[in-house]
Amino acid sequence: MLDQVRVTVNGASISVPSGTTVAVAVTIAGQACRTSVSGERRGPLCGMGICFECRVAIDGRPHCRSCQILCEPGMEVTTDE
Amino acid sequence: MAAAVRAAECGVHVGIVDDNPTLGGQIWRGGPEDGRSRDAGRWSELLRTAGVTKLSGKRIFDQPDRGIVLAEGNDDVSELRYQNLILATGARERFLPFPGWTLSNVMGAGGLQAMVKCGLPIRGKRVVIAGTGPLLLAVAAYLRKNGAEIPMICEQTSWSSLAGFSLALLSQPAKIAQGLQLKRELSGVPFVANSWPLAAHGRQILESVTVSRGGKSETILCDYLACGFHLVPNIELAQLLGCHVNGGYVRVDDLQRTTVKEVFCAGEPTGIGGVDSALIEGQIAGLAAAGGTAEAQRLFGKREKARRFARTLDRTFRLRPELTKLPSADTLVCRCEDVPYSHLQQQTSWRAAKLHTRCGMGPCQGRVCGPATQFFFKWTPDSVRPPVFPARIGDLASIIGGPEPENSTVGGGLE
Repeated sequence: MLDQVRVTVNGASISVPSGTTVAVAVTIAGQACRTSVSGERRGPLCGMGICFECRVAIDGRPHCRSCQILCEPGMEVTTDE
Repeated sequence: MAAAVRAAECGVHVGIVDDNPTLGGQIWRGGPEDGRSRDAGRWSELLRTAGVTKLSGKRIFDQPDRGIVLAEGNDDVSELRYQNLILATGARERFLPFPGWTLSNVMGAGGLQAMVKCGLPIRGKRVVIAGTGPLLLAVAAYLRKNGAEIPMICEQTSWSSLAGFSLALLSQPAKIAQGLQLKRELSGVPFVANSWPLAAHGRQILESVTVSRGGKSETILCDYLACGFHLVPNIELAQLLGCHVNGGYVRVDDLQRTTVKEVFCAGEPTGIGGVDSALIEGQIAGLAAAGGTAEAQRLFGKREKARRFARTLDRTFRLRPELTKLPSADTLVCRCEDVPYSHLQQQTSWRAAKLHTRCGMGPCQGRVCGPATQFFFKWTPDSVRPPVFPARIGDLASIIGGPEPENSTVGGGLE
């Protein structure tokens, strides 16, 4: 399926193929997902929802495991900054 | 999926609860691209025609009483009632910390593959693959097919272990065919045994990896490091339900029944054996749970063959002792709470480490750091307590609150 889905990551609008996860959209947007307790920038590790490194806020809902969530049109994603 | 299909074919009402956005776990994530997809397509179709209820994007976090589990979705919480429960919770990768492993673009081997299956562009990117286990080869082949450049595959086990593995495969023609196919797909890609990562380097993201190779170190420029040390069974839910565990795996009888009589378990949590094992065990569990015992017994022979492969896997990909030296003093072991290796060296047990350093108390609840500390220090993890997966306070409150949550019980129950 070559449908595109448009989401925003930290305010920037990007278009990704349908079936793309939010974690991948964040990576494509050149952003890290979260900042660790000691200030390290972190991105996805396990890709399957168990490590919690890919946590972002989606449409205002915090702590979403973005590797387990498919992009939907109009989603607003914000990472730890 | 196999369990659900066979149970439904026996005429019982079946539902599948799966945290992932689509069914099929990790091995069939993302849909068809290769030979295995024929199996995936076939079982998907059987599932559809069998009329199984699908609850995707939901994870079970507690059991308030026998016959009831609580599952949280992204926006809701459900109470699910069942007469029989089949656990097919799969496995996750074993991660071992080394300097630089927390850099962006260092991921699990299956982890990177999952990201690519979900849209991560990989064409023209250089990916070093390291760790242990057959997953490394499967991932390398998949990434290469999608245009990645693989400068090296670093397997920590020895050449003699691998030779033994190949010999053991001689009795399994299907596996030989898979092996030869992989060999074709990976022709020209350097594969090195007795090799492991020493450090990942980069300022904001990964830029290069230093690996140990034949006693010397070698630095390779790359965009991604796909690194995983074989698989660890996801037994937490089984433990929550009171199922006995033996040597790290859920104990089951011939019919895949656990020590809790209405709970069955199939696939990786009973022993790491890959997709073939999982499909057979799933069918046995589904048939047994739905009363098709005789039909389940007809699959015992196939299962024994698959189990032999599982034992071979286990023997071949044991972690070598040199890997206990992977982390340096300041290498973070617990990524959730940023606990360095040096802080853990002083601890005497998993519980002591939790209390003194918070290692294992973050969101992953030890799913990442637990297997690593078990390997480094021989700590055995504590028993599990609910919630067995992080859950929203609002959802917990709404359940304790009294009146039935509005979105409870789908379709009369699961079996």
